[in-house]
Amino acid sequence: MTTRRQFLRNTGAFTATLTGGATLIAFAETQAKSDTGGRKTRWGLLIDVARCPDGCSTCVSACSEENGWGDTGNRLTDAQWIRKVMVTDPQSKLSRSLPVMCQHCAEPPCVDVCPTGASFKRADGIVLVDKHICIGCRYCMMACPYKARSFIHEPLQDQKSHAPRGKGTVESCTLCVHRVDLGRLPACVEACAAAGHDAMLFGDINDPESEISKRIAQHPVRKIRADLGTDPGVSYENL
Amino acid sequence: MKRTVYRELNLSPGLLLILGLLGLVVAAGLGAAWYMEYYGHVVTGMNNQIVWGLPHVFAIFLIVAASGVLNVASLASVFNRALYKPMARLSGLLAISLLAGGLAVLVLDLGRPDRLIVAMTHFNFKSIFAWNIFLYTGFFVIVAAYLFTQMGRGFGRFVRPAGWVAFVWRLALTTGTGSIFGWLVAREAYDAAIMAPLFIAMSLSFGLAVFILFTLRSCALSGREFGQDLLLRLGRLLGLFIAAVLYFTAVQHLTALYASEHRGVEGFLLFGDSIYTTMFWTGQVLIGGVVPLVLVTLPTHGVSRVAIKLASTLVIVGGFVQVYVIVIGGQVYPLALFPGMEVSSSFQDGVIAGYQPSLPEFLLGMGGVALALAIAVIGMKTLRFLPESLGDEAVDLQPEPRTGAVT
Ligand code: SF4
Ligand code: SF4
Repeated sequence: MTTRRQFLRNTGAFTATLTGGATLIAFAETQAKSDTGGRKTRWGLLIDVARCPDGCSTCVSACSEENGWGDTGNRLTDAQWIRKVMVTDPQSKLSRSLPVMCQHCAEPPCVDVCPTGASFKRADGIVLVDKHICIGCRYCMMACPYKARSFIHEPLQDQKSHAPRGKGTVESCTLCVHRVDLGRLPACVEACAAAGHDAMLFGDINDPESEISKRIAQHPVRKIRADLGTDPGVSYENL
Repeated sequence: MKRTVYRELNLSPGLLLILGLLGLVVAAGLGAAWYMEYYGHVVTGMNNQIVWGLPHVFAIFLIVAASGVLNVASLASVFNRALYKPMARLSGLLAISLLAGGLAVLVLDLGRPDRLIVAMTHFNFKSIFAWNIFLYTGFFVIVAAYLFTQMGRGFGRFVRPAGWVAFVWRLALTTGTGSIFGWLVAREAYDAAIMAPLFIAMSLSFGLAVFILFTLRSCALSGREFGQDLLLRLGRLLGLFIAAVLYFTAVQHLTALYASEHRGVEGFLLFGDSIYTTMFWTGQVLIGGVVPLVLVTLPTHGVSRVAIKLASTLVIVGGFVQVYVIVIGGQVYPLALFPGMEVSSSFQDGVIAGYQPSLPEFLLGMGGVALALAIAVIGMKTLRFLPESLGDEAVDLQPEPRTGAVT
């Protein structure tokens, strides 16, 4: 049953997203705890590299479509929230292709270095940039080991109301926070499944009963640059 | 001790011309900043891989030099060297001016310079960048107070304590600036604690070189004397600092070569076939280090004046190149997402990135330099910063002690 307070909270979060994704923390905190009986939710992704075909970029197009970033003809300065990376073993010449996006680190260097606190981690583990406080210093881009962030180099047209962007600020994958807060899946995950690949799994990695946690517990998974101690929320299997 | 008489600069046509030219360059810099702001950073050479470009090189050079230039004042009030006392005021003034110029560039290069007030009101205390904002603002206040103790009547007894505070503060400031890089674990070229001492050595060397050239020029323009022996002393000190920079540079690269995970980027910077390798060996090491070191140690009288001037110029050129290699060279090398593997993507993964500095970036940087110089000149015009004479008979040329700290 939805109580009046919960309803207000939900609409509150929705408007906050609409007006710039500014202060979602407070909401996420209560939400994260109330849904799980005190245990904190941590949203994460598991990517099965074996199911991710070389040459497929469904997740990339879906993200670009959903969040309104994309090719403007300036390849070097255009934003890329998610990209397909080809990894090749120099000895065996064996290649794997996998999507890389913001890893929603538990210890995010981008958050540590941000002078204003514009880079922040929500209580549910999603790492975001508050577009109202970002001064565009780009220190977070220097600090991110995954090259997950883009700087908006040009004036923007046709923005999506649920994913506000701003020239002169930095942005990255939001894990489709606007969808997640409404109980939906991130656009990439949905698109990957719809295309029949099912290579991406989204869920609460802190909940031992969730499908994602079970899969992570049963299969050997890898996190990119685990040695750096960032504790990414994105894991890869069959890499 | 000899009494020093200070006098403002006279408003001569020459001075007006200089101020006019500096004003033009500042205006060009502001225009460039506006242009970058209006069209976005797409009009610069920067991109999503090279996120800090030429303006950062200018800004960091100026900030590093700002703290180093204060060294002359520290020698006077902290280490009690009478020789440097007459130049202490000017050293403080230049420190403030250079920092102001550097910060102006840094701020105007932000994606949202209009949000400066946000940067001043929202602090993330975990961020070394936020700490730097404190260090920089504090530096202005402390050096201004230090100047006041020197120039105000009856504050003489506070000069030494104020000098000490300024001394400690400037070491913290340079450590902070160096640490901006040292803390970036993701970037292989930077992830090293040696960055902090290296930056301190760089600041001493760049700062003194700037100080020598600026003071010589100011004296020449206002018809004041600058003693031969005094210059020789400054030249020798410069030699020491150049050697320190070379030493820390060697340590920096040797330790990096030793750590296997840094070998890739080191090989690229030191032995590759890119422009950065040439800049490193020719610009930074040879022009900015070895040649000036030889020049200042040349004992031959007569040529020494020219030699020291030339050495100072080369230190500045080489120093600029050094900052360029650190800032840009460190960024063009790709991040290692999967160490030991080959990677490629649409986002420049696994490739050496290119960076072409653009005219607006250059103008913005030069605007900062001009702003710094203009503030210093206006300061000397309005207040008594420059002694009537820095001739050898006007300063305290006691024999230099052979030992003892100079930094
Ligand atoms: S992947 Fe990069 S941008 Fe995302 S949380 Fe980690 S450090 Fe921050
Ligand atoms: S660019 Fe924005 S989000 Fe990134 S560190 Fe600077 S202020 Fe923070």
